[in-house]
Amino acid sequence: MSKIIAKDFKRNKVKYLMILPVIIYIAIFSYKPMYGIIIAFKNYRPALGMAGSKWVGFEHFVRFFNDYYFWRILRNTASISALSIIFGFPAPVILALLINEIKNRYFKKTVQTISYMPYFISIVIISGLIKTFTQSDGLITDMAAALGGERKNLLASKNWFYPIYIISGIWQSVGWDSIIYLAALAGIDQEQYEAARVDGAGRIRQMLYITLPGLLPTITILFILRMGGILNVGFEKILLLYSSTTYEVADVISTYVYRIGVLDANFSYSTAIGLFNSLVNIVFLLTTNAVSKKINNSGLF
Amino acid sequence: MRIRYIKRSRGDFALDIIITLLMLGLIIVTFYPIWYVICASFSSSTAISTNPGKLLWPKNFGLGAYKKALEHPLIISGFRNILIVLAVALPLNIIMTLLCGYFMAAKNVFWKKYIIGYLMFTMFFGGGLIPTYLNQKSLGLYNNLWALIIPGALSIYNAIICKTAIEAVPESLTESAYMDGAGDFTVLFKIITPLIKPTLAVLLLYYGVGHWNSWFNASLYITKNELLPIQNILRAVLIANSNLLNEGAANKDTMDTYAETIKYAAIVISTVPVLCIYPFLQKYFVKGVMIGAVKG
Repeated sequence: MSKIIAKDFKRNKVKYLMILPVIIYIAIFSYKPMYGIIIAFKNYRPALGMAGSKWVGFEHFVRFFNDYYFWRILRNTASISALSIIFGFPAPVILALLINEIKNRYFKKTVQTISYMPYFISIVIISGLIKTFTQSDGLITDMAAALGGERKNLLASKNWFYPIYIISGIWQSVGWDSIIYLAALAGIDQEQYEAARVDGAGRIRQMLYITLPGLLPTITILFILRMGGILNVGFEKILLLYSSTTYEVADVISTYVYRIGVLDANFSYSTAIGLFNSLVNIVFLLTTNAVSKKINNSGLF
Repeated sequence: MRIRYIKRSRGDFALDIIITLLMLGLIIVTFYPIWYVICASFSSSTAISTNPGKLLWPKNFGLGAYKKALEHPLIISGFRNILIVLAVALPLNIIMTLLCGYFMAAKNVFWKKYIIGYLMFTMFFGGGLIPTYLNQKSLGLYNNLWALIIPGALSIYNAIICKTAIEAVPESLTESAYMDGAGDFTVLFKIITPLIKPTLAVLLLYYGVGHWNSWFNASLYITKNELLPIQNILRAVLIANSNLLNEGAANKDTMDTYAETIKYAAIVISTVPVLCIYPFLQKYFVKGVMIGAVKG
Protein backbone atom coordinates (compact mmCIF):
# COMPACT_ATOMS: atom_id res chain seq x y z
CA MET A 1 0.00 0.00 0.00
CA SER A 2 2.63 2.49 1.04
CA LYS A 3 4.53 1.51 -2.08
CA ILE A 4 1.56 2.43 -4.25
CA ILE A 5 1.25 5.77 -2.49
CA ALA A 6 4.93 6.52 -2.86
CA LYS A 7 4.89 5.57 -6.53
CA ASP A 8 1.75 7.58 -7.15
CA PHE A 9 3.26 10.59 -5.45
CA LYS A 10 6.42 10.32 -7.49
CA ARG A 11 4.52 10.06 -10.75
CA ASN A 12 1.89 12.71 -10.02
CA LYS A 13 3.74 15.19 -7.84
CA VAL A 14 3.28 18.04 -10.32
CA LYS A 15 -0.45 17.35 -10.42
CA TYR A 16 -0.61 17.44 -6.63
CA LEU A 17 1.37 20.66 -6.71
CA MET A 18 -1.21 22.09 -9.10
CA ILE A 19 -4.17 21.22 -6.90
CA LEU A 20 -2.43 22.43 -3.73
CA PRO A 21 -3.44 26.09 -4.08
CA VAL A 22 -7.04 24.97 -4.64
CA ILE A 23 -6.95 22.73 -1.56
CA ILE A 24 -5.55 25.53 0.58
CA TYR A 25 -8.01 28.04 -0.82
CA ILE A 26 -10.98 25.75 -0.10
CA ALA A 27 -9.62 25.03 3.38
CA ILE A 28 -9.42 28.72 4.23
CA PHE A 29 -12.61 29.93 2.59
CA SER A 30 -14.94 26.92 2.92
CA TYR A 31 -13.76 24.64 5.70
CA LYS A 32 -12.59 27.28 8.14
CA PRO A 33 -16.05 28.88 8.14
CA MET A 34 -17.49 25.39 8.73
CA TYR A 35 -15.31 25.16 11.81
CA GLY A 36 -16.78 28.54 12.74
CA ILE A 37 -20.16 26.85 13.08
CA ILE A 38 -19.08 25.82 16.60
CA ILE A 39 -20.05 29.29 17.76
CA ALA A 40 -23.65 28.15 17.33
CA PHE A 41 -23.02 26.07 20.45
CA LYS A 42 -21.11 28.76 22.29
CA ASN A 43 -21.60 32.26 23.55
CA TYR A 44 -19.25 33.87 21.12
CA ARG A 45 -17.45 36.97 22.33
CA PRO A 46 -15.06 38.43 19.75
CA ALA A 47 -12.65 39.35 22.54
CA LEU A 48 -12.40 35.70 23.71
CA GLY A 49 -12.15 34.26 20.21
CA MET A 50 -13.95 31.21 18.84
CA ALA A 51 -12.00 28.70 20.89
CA GLY A 52 -12.09 30.70 24.09
CA SER A 53 -15.80 31.47 24.19
CA LYS A 54 -17.98 29.51 26.59
CA TRP A 55 -19.91 26.40 25.48
CA VAL A 56 -23.67 26.67 25.94
CA GLY A 57 -24.86 23.49 24.19
CA PHE A 58 -28.16 23.79 22.40
CA GLU A 59 -29.24 26.95 24.15
CA HIS A 60 -29.38 29.01 20.94
CA PHE A 61 -31.43 26.35 19.16
CA VAL A 62 -33.92 26.16 22.01
CA ARG A 63 -34.13 29.93 21.96
CA PHE A 64 -34.75 29.86 18.19
CA PHE A 65 -37.57 27.32 18.46
CA ASN A 66 -39.17 29.57 21.06
CA ASP A 67 -38.45 32.74 19.13
CA TYR A 68 -41.50 34.93 18.64
CA TYR A 69 -40.68 35.04 14.93
CA PHE A 70 -39.82 31.34 14.52
CA TRP A 71 -43.12 30.34 12.91
CA ARG A 72 -43.32 33.50 10.87
CA ILE A 73 -39.96 33.11 9.17
CA LEU A 74 -40.41 29.36 8.74
CA ARG A 75 -43.85 29.86 7.19
CA ASN A 76 -42.61 32.64 4.90
CA THR A 77 -39.58 30.66 3.79
CA ALA A 78 -41.69 27.60 3.05
CA SER A 79 -44.39 29.66 1.28
CA ILE A 80 -41.99 31.58 -0.93
CA SER A 81 -40.07 28.43 -1.74
CA ALA A 82 -43.17 26.37 -2.49
CA LEU A 83 -44.65 29.12 -4.66
CA SER A 84 -41.36 29.49 -6.53
CA ILE A 85 -41.29 25.77 -7.22
CA ILE A 86 -44.97 25.49 -8.17
CA PHE A 87 -44.90 28.42 -10.58
CA GLY A 88 -41.25 28.80 -11.35
CA PHE A 89 -40.25 25.20 -11.97
CA PRO A 90 -42.64 24.37 -14.83
CA ALA A 91 -42.16 27.74 -16.57
CA PRO A 92 -38.84 26.95 -18.31
CA VAL A 93 -40.13 23.49 -19.32
CA ILE A 94 -43.13 25.11 -20.99
CA LEU A 95 -40.95 27.76 -22.63
CA ALA A 96 -38.60 25.10 -23.99
CA LEU A 97 -41.55 23.15 -25.41
CA LEU A 98 -42.84 26.30 -27.10
CA ILE A 99 -39.44 27.35 -28.46
CA ASN A 100 -39.01 23.84 -29.79
CA GLU A 101 -42.18 24.29 -31.85
CA ILE A 102 -41.00 27.48 -33.55
CA LYS A 103 -40.36 26.71 -37.20
CA ASN A 104 -38.47 29.79 -38.33
CA ARG A 105 -34.82 29.48 -37.37
CA TYR A 106 -34.17 33.21 -37.05
CA PHE A 107 -37.27 33.86 -35.00
CA LYS A 108 -36.27 30.98 -32.74
CA LYS A 109 -32.80 32.39 -32.23
CA THR A 110 -34.18 35.88 -31.54
CA VAL A 111 -36.63 34.57 -28.95
CA GLN A 112 -33.82 32.68 -27.22
CA THR A 113 -31.38 35.59 -27.20
CA ILE A 114 -33.93 38.00 -25.79
CA SER A 115 -35.20 35.53 -23.23
CA TYR A 116 -31.67 35.13 -21.79
CA MET A 117 -31.20 38.88 -21.44
CA PRO A 118 -32.74 39.47 -17.99
CA TYR A 119 -30.45 36.83 -16.51
CA PHE A 120 -27.50 39.16 -17.15
CA ILE A 121 -29.06 42.17 -15.48
CA SER A 122 -28.09 42.66 -11.86
CA ILE A 123 -30.59 41.98 -9.13
CA VAL A 124 -30.05 45.52 -7.83
CA ILE A 125 -31.23 47.00 -11.12
CA ILE A 126 -34.13 44.58 -11.41
CA SER A 127 -35.24 45.42 -7.88
CA GLY A 128 -34.93 49.11 -8.65
CA LEU A 129 -37.14 48.66 -11.70
CA ILE A 130 -39.66 46.62 -9.73
CA LYS A 131 -39.83 49.48 -7.25
CA THR A 132 -40.46 52.02 -10.01
CA PHE A 133 -43.03 49.90 -11.83
CA THR A 134 -45.03 49.13 -8.70
CA GLN A 135 -45.05 52.55 -7.05
CA SER A 136 -48.52 54.06 -6.64
CA ASP A 137 -48.48 55.56 -10.15
CA GLY A 138 -46.24 52.97 -11.79
CA LEU A 139 -47.01 50.91 -14.88
CA ILE A 140 -47.88 47.68 -13.07
CA THR A 141 -49.99 49.53 -10.53
CA ASP A 142 -51.87 51.08 -13.47
CA MET A 143 -52.56 47.65 -14.88
CA ALA A 144 -53.68 46.32 -11.51
CA ALA A 145 -55.94 49.34 -11.08
CA ALA A 146 -57.42 48.80 -14.55
CA LEU A 147 -58.31 45.27 -13.48
CA GLY A 148 -60.09 46.63 -10.44
CA GLY A 149 -57.27 46.63 -7.95
CA GLU A 150 -56.58 49.33 -5.44
CA ARG A 151 -54.15 52.10 -6.38
CA LYS A 152 -51.32 52.04 -3.88
CA ASN A 153 -47.66 51.24 -3.54
CA LEU A 154 -47.83 47.53 -4.33
CA LEU A 155 -44.47 46.67 -2.85
CA ALA A 156 -45.64 47.85 0.56
CA SER A 157 -48.70 45.62 0.37
CA LYS A 158 -48.67 42.20 2.02
CA ASN A 159 -50.92 40.71 -0.64
CA TRP A 160 -48.72 41.79 -3.48
CA PHE A 161 -45.31 40.79 -2.24
CA TYR A 162 -45.46 37.14 -3.31
CA PRO A 163 -46.85 37.73 -6.81
CA ILE A 164 -44.26 40.45 -7.43
CA TYR A 165 -41.45 38.30 -6.12
CA ILE A 166 -42.45 35.14 -8.00
CA ILE A 167 -43.36 36.76 -11.31
CA SER A 168 -40.23 38.90 -11.43
CA GLY A 169 -38.21 35.78 -10.64
CA ILE A 170 -39.75 33.93 -13.56
CA TRP A 171 -39.24 36.98 -15.76
CA GLN A 172 -35.56 36.98 -14.94
CA SER A 173 -34.68 33.32 -15.19
CA VAL A 174 -37.20 31.52 -17.40
CA GLY A 175 -35.12 31.96 -20.55
CA TRP A 176 -31.86 30.96 -18.95
CA ASP A 177 -33.39 27.96 -17.20
CA SER A 178 -34.90 26.76 -20.47
CA ILE A 179 -31.42 26.29 -22.01
CA ILE A 180 -30.88 22.96 -20.34
CA TYR A 181 -34.25 21.63 -21.49
CA LEU A 182 -33.57 22.80 -25.04
CA ALA A 183 -30.28 20.93 -24.89
CA ALA A 184 -32.07 17.80 -23.68
CA LEU A 185 -34.62 18.18 -26.50
CA ALA A 186 -31.84 17.93 -29.06
CA GLY A 187 -31.10 14.46 -27.74
CA ILE A 188 -34.57 13.03 -28.41
CA ASP A 189 -34.65 10.46 -31.17
CA GLN A 190 -36.21 12.06 -34.26
CA GLU A 191 -37.55 8.73 -35.49
CA GLN A 192 -40.05 8.70 -32.66
CA TYR A 193 -41.64 11.82 -34.10
CA GLU A 194 -41.82 10.30 -37.55
CA ALA A 195 -43.44 7.17 -36.20
CA ALA A 196 -45.94 9.28 -34.31
CA ARG A 197 -46.73 11.29 -37.43
CA VAL A 198 -47.31 8.16 -39.42
CA ASP A 199 -49.68 7.03 -36.70
CA GLY A 200 -51.53 10.31 -37.11
CA ALA A 201 -50.51 12.06 -33.90
CA GLY A 202 -50.77 15.85 -34.07
CA ARG A 203 -48.14 18.19 -32.74
CA ILE A 204 -49.79 18.63 -29.37
CA ARG A 205 -49.86 14.88 -28.91
CA GLN A 206 -46.24 14.57 -30.00
CA MET A 207 -45.38 17.22 -27.46
CA LEU A 208 -47.18 15.40 -24.67
CA TYR A 209 -46.19 11.83 -25.51
CA ILE A 210 -42.69 12.19 -26.94
CA THR A 211 -41.12 15.51 -26.05
CA LEU A 212 -42.26 15.69 -22.44
CA PRO A 213 -41.25 12.10 -21.54
CA GLY A 214 -37.94 12.76 -23.28
CA LEU A 215 -37.36 15.64 -20.88
CA LEU A 216 -38.29 13.67 -17.79
CA PRO A 217 -34.76 12.62 -16.70
CA THR A 218 -33.57 16.21 -16.91
CA ILE A 219 -36.65 17.43 -15.08
CA THR A 220 -36.02 14.89 -12.30
CA ILE A 221 -32.42 15.90 -11.74
CA LEU A 222 -33.23 19.58 -11.70
CA PHE A 223 -36.13 18.95 -9.36
CA ILE A 224 -33.89 17.15 -6.86
CA LEU A 225 -31.40 20.00 -6.97
CA ARG A 226 -34.21 22.49 -6.53
CA MET A 227 -35.56 20.61 -3.53
CA GLY A 228 -32.10 20.61 -2.00
CA GLY A 229 -32.22 24.36 -1.97
CA ILE A 230 -35.77 24.52 -0.66
CA LEU A 231 -34.91 26.83 2.20
CA ASN A 232 -32.52 28.90 0.08
CA VAL A 233 -34.90 31.49 -1.21
CA GLY A 234 -33.57 34.33 -3.35
CA PHE A 235 -32.34 36.08 -0.28
CA GLU A 236 -30.67 39.03 -2.02
CA LYS A 237 -33.82 40.04 -3.84
CA ILE A 238 -35.90 39.87 -0.67
CA LEU A 239 -33.32 41.98 1.10
CA LEU A 240 -33.63 44.57 -1.65
CA LEU A 241 -37.42 44.50 -1.89
CA TYR A 242 -38.80 44.02 1.60
CA SER A 243 -39.43 46.67 4.23
CA SER A 244 -40.69 46.65 7.79
CA THR A 245 -44.27 46.94 6.46
CA THR A 246 -43.91 43.60 4.65
CA TYR A 247 -41.82 41.66 7.20
CA GLU A 248 -45.00 39.80 8.12
CA VAL A 249 -44.95 37.95 4.77
CA ALA A 250 -41.46 38.62 3.42
CA ASP A 251 -39.08 37.99 6.28
CA VAL A 252 -37.41 34.61 5.68
CA ILE A 253 -34.80 32.62 7.61
CA SER A 254 -31.85 34.05 5.69
CA THR A 255 -32.96 37.68 5.97
CA TYR A 256 -33.57 37.12 9.68
CA VAL A 257 -30.07 35.65 10.04
CA TYR A 258 -28.73 38.71 8.25
CA ARG A 259 -30.53 41.18 10.51
CA ILE A 260 -29.74 39.34 13.74
CA GLY A 261 -26.17 38.51 12.78
CA VAL A 262 -24.82 41.34 10.68
CA LEU A 263 -26.92 44.27 11.81
CA ASP A 264 -27.38 43.34 15.49
CA ALA A 265 -24.01 41.50 15.77
CA ASN A 266 -25.71 38.60 17.53
CA PHE A 267 -23.24 36.12 16.05
CA SER A 268 -23.87 32.88 17.93
CA TYR A 269 -27.64 33.03 17.71
CA SER A 270 -27.69 33.78 13.98
CA THR A 271 -25.14 31.04 13.29
CA ALA A 272 -27.43 28.57 15.03
CA ILE A 273 -30.35 29.67 12.84
CA GLY A 274 -28.18 29.39 9.74
CA LEU A 275 -27.11 25.88 10.70
CA PHE A 276 -30.72 24.85 11.20
CA ASN A 277 -31.40 26.15 7.67
CA SER A 278 -28.53 24.18 6.11
CA LEU A 279 -29.51 20.97 7.87
CA VAL A 280 -33.12 21.20 6.71
CA ASN A 281 -31.81 21.72 3.15
CA ILE A 282 -29.67 18.60 3.33
CA VAL A 283 -32.57 16.56 4.67
CA PHE A 284 -34.73 17.71 1.76
CA LEU A 285 -32.00 16.96 -0.77
CA LEU A 286 -31.45 13.44 0.53
CA THR A 287 -35.18 12.73 0.81
CA THR A 288 -35.96 13.87 -2.73
CA ASN A 289 -33.01 11.90 -4.00
CA ALA A 290 -34.17 8.75 -2.22
CA VAL A 291 -37.77 9.17 -3.41
CA SER A 292 -36.59 9.75 -6.97
CA LYS A 293 -34.42 6.64 -6.86
CA LYS A 294 -37.42 4.58 -5.71
CA ILE A 295 -39.80 5.98 -8.30
CA ASN A 296 -37.75 6.19 -11.47
CA ASN A 297 -34.44 4.62 -10.60
CA SER A 298 -32.47 7.76 -11.21
CA GLY A 299 -31.05 10.05 -8.64
CA LEU A 300 -28.18 12.39 -8.12
CA PHE A 301 -26.10 10.07 -6.02
CA MET B 1 -35.50 11.32 -43.90
CA ARG B 2 -38.10 13.87 -42.92
CA ILE B 3 -41.63 13.10 -43.96
CA ARG B 4 -42.81 16.29 -45.56
CA TYR B 5 -45.75 15.16 -47.62
CA ILE B 6 -48.19 14.94 -44.75
CA LYS B 7 -50.52 17.88 -45.09
CA ARG B 8 -50.42 20.46 -42.35
CA SER B 9 -53.75 20.35 -40.66
CA ARG B 10 -55.73 23.40 -39.65
CA GLY B 11 -54.92 22.58 -36.04
CA ASP B 12 -51.21 22.82 -36.74
CA PHE B 13 -51.70 26.19 -38.38
CA ALA B 14 -53.59 27.50 -35.35
CA LEU B 15 -50.85 26.16 -33.10
CA ASP B 16 -48.21 28.03 -35.08
CA ILE B 17 -50.13 31.27 -34.73
CA ILE B 18 -50.67 30.80 -31.00
CA ILE B 19 -47.00 30.03 -30.44
CA THR B 20 -45.87 33.01 -32.50
CA LEU B 21 -48.17 35.33 -30.57
CA LEU B 22 -47.02 33.94 -27.23
CA MET B 23 -43.40 34.39 -28.20
CA LEU B 24 -44.00 37.94 -29.40
CA GLY B 25 -45.63 38.61 -26.06
CA LEU B 26 -42.61 37.17 -24.28
CA ILE B 27 -40.27 39.37 -26.30
CA ILE B 28 -42.26 42.49 -25.45
CA VAL B 29 -42.54 41.68 -21.75
CA THR B 30 -38.84 40.87 -21.54
CA PHE B 31 -37.56 43.75 -23.55
CA TYR B 32 -39.87 46.55 -22.46
CA PRO B 33 -38.32 47.25 -19.01
CA ILE B 34 -34.89 47.43 -20.65
CA TRP B 35 -36.23 49.73 -23.34
CA TYR B 36 -37.82 51.88 -20.65
CA VAL B 37 -34.47 52.31 -18.91
CA ILE B 38 -32.85 53.39 -22.16
CA CYS B 39 -35.64 55.91 -22.86
CA ALA B 40 -35.53 57.21 -19.29
CA SER B 41 -31.80 57.80 -19.46
CA PHE B 42 -32.35 60.23 -22.35
CA SER B 43 -35.38 61.92 -20.81
CA SER B 44 -35.73 64.71 -18.30
CA SER B 45 -36.19 64.01 -14.60
CA THR B 46 -39.70 65.48 -14.59
CA ALA B 47 -40.73 63.29 -17.51
CA ILE B 48 -39.62 60.22 -15.56
CA SER B 49 -41.26 61.26 -12.30
CA THR B 50 -44.60 61.83 -14.01
CA ASN B 51 -44.45 58.60 -16.05
CA PRO B 52 -42.89 55.99 -13.77
CA GLY B 53 -42.34 52.89 -15.86
CA LYS B 54 -44.27 54.37 -18.76
CA LEU B 55 -42.09 55.63 -21.59
CA LEU B 56 -42.12 54.34 -25.14
CA TRP B 57 -39.77 57.00 -26.40
CA PRO B 58 -37.44 59.53 -24.69
CA LYS B 59 -39.30 62.61 -23.48
CA ASN B 60 -37.51 65.99 -23.54
CA PHE B 61 -34.50 64.31 -25.10
CA GLY B 62 -31.12 65.20 -23.67
CA LEU B 63 -27.68 63.72 -23.07
CA GLY B 64 -27.13 65.69 -19.86
CA ALA B 65 -27.63 62.68 -17.61
CA TYR B 66 -24.76 60.79 -19.22
CA LYS B 67 -22.51 63.80 -18.94
CA LYS B 68 -23.41 64.21 -15.28
CA ALA B 69 -23.08 60.49 -14.58
CA LEU B 70 -19.65 60.27 -16.14
CA GLU B 71 -18.51 63.29 -14.14
CA HIS B 72 -19.81 62.10 -10.81
CA PRO B 73 -17.03 61.04 -8.42
CA LEU B 74 -18.94 58.11 -6.89
CA ILE B 75 -20.05 56.73 -10.26
CA ILE B 76 -16.51 57.07 -11.56
CA SER B 77 -15.05 55.39 -8.49
CA GLY B 78 -17.78 52.72 -8.66
CA PHE B 79 -16.76 51.79 -12.19
CA ARG B 80 -13.08 52.07 -11.38
CA ASN B 81 -13.43 49.74 -8.39
CA ILE B 82 -15.32 47.05 -10.28
CA LEU B 83 -12.85 47.26 -13.17
CA ILE B 84 -9.95 46.78 -10.78
CA VAL B 85 -11.74 43.80 -9.25
CA LEU B 86 -12.30 42.28 -12.70
CA ALA B 87 -8.73 42.92 -13.83
CA VAL B 88 -7.32 41.05 -10.85
CA ALA B 89 -10.04 38.49 -10.23
CA LEU B 90 -10.60 37.15 -13.75
CA PRO B 91 -7.04 35.93 -14.40
CA LEU B 92 -7.04 34.43 -10.90
CA ASN B 93 -10.41 32.76 -11.58
CA ILE B 94 -9.25 31.25 -14.83
CA ILE B 95 -5.95 29.96 -13.45
CA MET B 96 -7.58 28.40 -10.39
CA THR B 97 -10.34 26.87 -12.53
CA LEU B 98 -7.84 25.43 -15.01
CA LEU B 99 -5.70 23.93 -12.25
CA CYS B 100 -8.70 22.44 -10.52
CA GLY B 101 -10.28 21.19 -13.75
CA TYR B 102 -7.00 19.66 -14.94
CA PHE B 103 -6.57 17.77 -11.71
CA MET B 104 -10.18 16.56 -11.74
CA ALA B 105 -9.73 15.30 -15.30
CA ALA B 106 -6.39 13.58 -14.60
CA LYS B 107 -6.21 9.79 -14.79
CA ASN B 108 -4.49 7.33 -12.47
CA VAL B 109 -4.11 9.70 -9.56
CA PHE B 110 -4.42 7.87 -6.28
CA TRP B 111 -5.84 10.65 -4.06
CA LYS B 112 -8.06 12.12 -6.77
CA LYS B 113 -11.41 10.82 -5.61
CA TYR B 114 -10.80 11.92 -2.03
CA ILE B 115 -9.71 15.36 -3.12
CA ILE B 116 -12.72 15.69 -5.42
CA GLY B 117 -14.94 14.63 -2.54
CA TYR B 118 -13.30 17.26 -0.34
CA LEU B 119 -13.95 19.92 -3.00
CA MET B 120 -17.48 18.90 -3.91
CA PHE B 121 -18.70 18.64 -0.34
CA THR B 122 -18.49 22.44 -0.21
CA MET B 123 -21.13 22.64 -2.96
CA PHE B 124 -23.74 21.22 -0.61
CA PHE B 125 -22.69 22.50 2.77
CA GLY B 126 -21.03 25.65 3.98
CA GLY B 127 -20.35 27.65 7.06
CA GLY B 128 -23.22 30.01 6.48
CA LEU B 129 -23.39 33.76 6.51
CA ILE B 130 -21.98 34.64 9.92
CA PRO B 131 -19.02 32.23 10.18
CA THR B 132 -18.05 33.26 6.64
CA TYR B 133 -18.32 36.90 7.58
CA LEU B 134 -16.24 36.47 10.73
CA ASN B 135 -13.65 34.44 8.81
CA GLN B 136 -13.24 37.10 6.18
CA LYS B 137 -12.95 39.86 8.72
CA SER B 138 -10.33 37.92 10.66
CA LEU B 139 -8.30 37.54 7.45
CA GLY B 140 -8.26 41.31 6.98
CA LEU B 141 -10.48 41.14 3.92
CA TYR B 142 -12.39 44.17 5.07
CA ASN B 143 -12.60 47.63 3.58
CA ASN B 144 -10.31 46.80 0.70
CA LEU B 145 -10.95 45.47 -2.80
CA TRP B 146 -9.28 42.13 -1.96
CA ALA B 147 -12.45 41.42 0.00
CA LEU B 148 -14.26 41.22 -3.35
CA ILE B 149 -11.53 39.35 -5.20
CA ILE B 150 -10.14 36.54 -3.06
CA PRO B 151 -13.31 34.93 -1.65
CA GLY B 152 -14.71 34.42 -5.15
CA ALA B 153 -11.47 33.11 -6.64
CA LEU B 154 -12.85 29.69 -7.54
CA SER B 155 -16.25 28.15 -8.18
CA ILE B 156 -16.19 24.36 -7.98
CA TYR B 157 -19.19 24.29 -10.27
CA ASN B 158 -17.20 26.10 -12.96
CA ALA B 159 -14.24 23.82 -12.34
CA ILE B 160 -16.46 20.84 -13.15
CA ILE B 161 -17.46 22.51 -16.42
CA CYS B 162 -13.75 23.03 -17.15
CA LYS B 163 -12.97 19.42 -16.24
CA THR B 164 -15.52 18.12 -18.73
CA ALA B 165 -14.04 20.30 -21.48
CA ILE B 166 -10.54 19.02 -20.67
CA GLU B 167 -11.77 15.41 -20.78
CA ALA B 168 -13.02 16.04 -24.31
CA VAL B 169 -9.50 16.93 -25.52
CA PRO B 170 -8.21 13.93 -27.53
CA GLU B 171 -5.87 11.89 -25.37
CA SER B 172 -3.48 11.35 -28.28
CA LEU B 173 -2.57 15.04 -28.17
CA THR B 174 -1.69 15.14 -24.50
CA GLU B 175 -0.05 11.70 -24.62
CA SER B 176 2.33 12.67 -27.41
CA ALA B 177 3.23 15.85 -25.51
CA TYR B 178 4.08 13.78 -22.43
CA MET B 179 6.18 11.51 -24.66
CA ASP B 180 8.08 14.54 -25.91
CA GLY B 181 8.93 15.32 -22.33
CA ALA B 182 6.39 18.06 -21.65
CA GLY B 183 5.38 18.49 -18.02
CA ASP B 184 1.87 18.99 -16.66
CA PHE B 185 2.12 22.77 -16.71
CA THR B 186 3.17 22.78 -20.38
CA VAL B 187 0.41 20.37 -21.33
CA LEU B 188 -2.21 22.38 -19.45
CA PHE B 189 -1.26 25.86 -20.59
CA LYS B 190 0.26 25.20 -24.03
CA ILE B 191 -1.88 22.35 -25.34
CA ILE B 192 -5.16 22.11 -23.44
CA THR B 193 -5.86 25.79 -22.84
CA PRO B 194 -5.88 26.79 -26.54
CA LEU B 195 -8.16 23.85 -27.32
CA ILE B 196 -10.82 24.69 -24.75
CA LYS B 197 -11.00 28.41 -25.52
CA PRO B 198 -14.79 28.39 -26.11
CA THR B 199 -15.40 26.90 -22.67
CA LEU B 200 -12.98 29.36 -21.09
CA ALA B 201 -14.82 32.21 -22.79
CA VAL B 202 -18.08 31.08 -21.24
CA LEU B 203 -16.42 30.67 -17.84
CA LEU B 204 -14.97 34.17 -18.16
CA LEU B 205 -18.48 35.40 -18.84
CA TYR B 206 -19.91 33.55 -15.82
CA TYR B 207 -17.19 34.81 -13.49
CA GLY B 208 -17.24 38.28 -15.02
CA VAL B 209 -21.01 38.71 -14.78
CA GLY B 210 -20.88 37.30 -11.25
CA HIS B 211 -18.38 39.92 -10.11
CA TRP B 212 -19.98 42.70 -12.11
CA ASN B 213 -23.48 42.13 -10.74
CA SER B 214 -22.67 41.28 -7.15
CA TRP B 215 -23.41 43.76 -4.42
CA PHE B 216 -24.04 41.77 -1.26
CA ASN B 217 -20.42 41.05 -0.36
CA ALA B 218 -19.46 44.66 -0.89
CA SER B 219 -22.32 45.71 1.38
CA LEU B 220 -20.90 43.41 4.08
CA TYR B 221 -17.20 44.06 3.75
CA ILE B 222 -16.89 47.60 2.46
CA THR B 223 -18.01 50.60 4.41
CA LYS B 224 -16.14 53.36 2.62
CA ASN B 225 -18.17 54.94 -0.17
CA GLU B 226 -15.15 55.51 -2.38
CA LEU B 227 -14.37 51.77 -2.38
CA LEU B 228 -17.88 50.62 -3.30
CA PRO B 229 -18.40 49.03 -6.72
CA ILE B 230 -21.00 50.45 -9.07
CA GLN B 231 -23.80 48.04 -8.09
CA ASN B 232 -23.66 49.28 -4.51
CA ILE B 233 -23.83 52.88 -5.67
CA LEU B 234 -26.86 51.95 -7.78
CA ARG B 235 -28.38 50.15 -4.83
CA ALA B 236 -28.03 53.23 -2.66
CA VAL B 237 -29.82 55.45 -5.17
CA LEU B 238 -32.34 52.97 -6.59
CA ILE B 239 -33.37 51.03 -3.52
CA ALA B 240 -32.51 53.03 -0.45
CA ASN B 241 -33.43 56.34 -2.11
CA SER B 242 -30.30 57.79 -0.60
CA ASN B 243 -29.03 61.07 -1.89
CA LEU B 244 -25.54 59.65 -2.09
CA LEU B 245 -25.11 61.02 -5.58
CA ASN B 246 -26.07 64.55 -4.52
CA GLU B 247 -23.64 64.67 -1.62
CA GLY B 248 -20.51 64.53 -3.69
CA ALA B 249 -21.77 66.91 -6.35
CA ALA B 250 -20.22 70.32 -6.73
CA ASN B 251 -23.37 72.08 -7.85
CA LYS B 252 -26.42 70.88 -5.99
CA ASP B 253 -29.04 72.61 -8.17
CA THR B 254 -27.96 70.98 -11.41
CA MET B 255 -27.79 67.64 -9.59
CA ASP B 256 -31.43 67.92 -8.59
CA THR B 257 -32.56 68.38 -12.18
CA TYR B 258 -30.76 65.19 -13.07
CA ALA B 259 -31.51 63.29 -9.87
CA GLU B 260 -33.89 60.84 -11.54
CA THR B 261 -32.41 60.52 -14.97
CA ILE B 262 -28.81 60.09 -13.81
CA LYS B 263 -29.82 56.78 -12.19
CA TYR B 264 -30.97 55.46 -15.53
CA ALA B 265 -27.88 56.67 -17.30
CA ALA B 266 -25.81 54.80 -14.72
CA ILE B 267 -27.93 51.66 -15.23
CA VAL B 268 -27.42 51.83 -19.00
CA ILE B 269 -23.66 52.32 -18.67
CA SER B 270 -23.40 49.45 -16.20
CA THR B 271 -25.59 46.99 -18.11
CA VAL B 272 -24.88 47.58 -21.79
CA PRO B 273 -21.38 46.02 -21.78
CA VAL B 274 -22.72 42.72 -20.45
CA LEU B 275 -25.72 42.72 -22.77
CA CYS B 276 -23.43 43.29 -25.76
CA ILE B 277 -21.14 40.38 -24.93
CA TYR B 278 -23.43 37.48 -24.06
CA PRO B 279 -25.16 36.99 -27.45
CA PHE B 280 -21.78 36.14 -28.98
CA LEU B 281 -21.18 33.36 -26.48
CA GLN B 282 -24.74 32.11 -26.59
CA LYS B 283 -24.05 28.98 -28.59
CA TYR B 284 -21.67 27.74 -25.90
CA PHE B 285 -24.10 28.20 -23.01
CA VAL B 286 -25.77 24.87 -23.59
CA LYS B 287 -22.60 22.93 -22.88
CA GLY B 288 -21.82 24.73 -19.68
CA VAL B 289 -25.29 24.55 -18.23
CA MET B 290 -25.77 20.94 -19.23
CA ILE B 291 -22.67 19.58 -17.53
CA GLY B 292 -23.14 21.63 -14.43
CA ALA B 293 -26.64 20.36 -13.82
CA VAL B 294 -26.05 16.74 -14.66
CA LYS B 295 -22.96 16.31 -12.55
CA GLY B 296 -24.31 18.73 -9.97
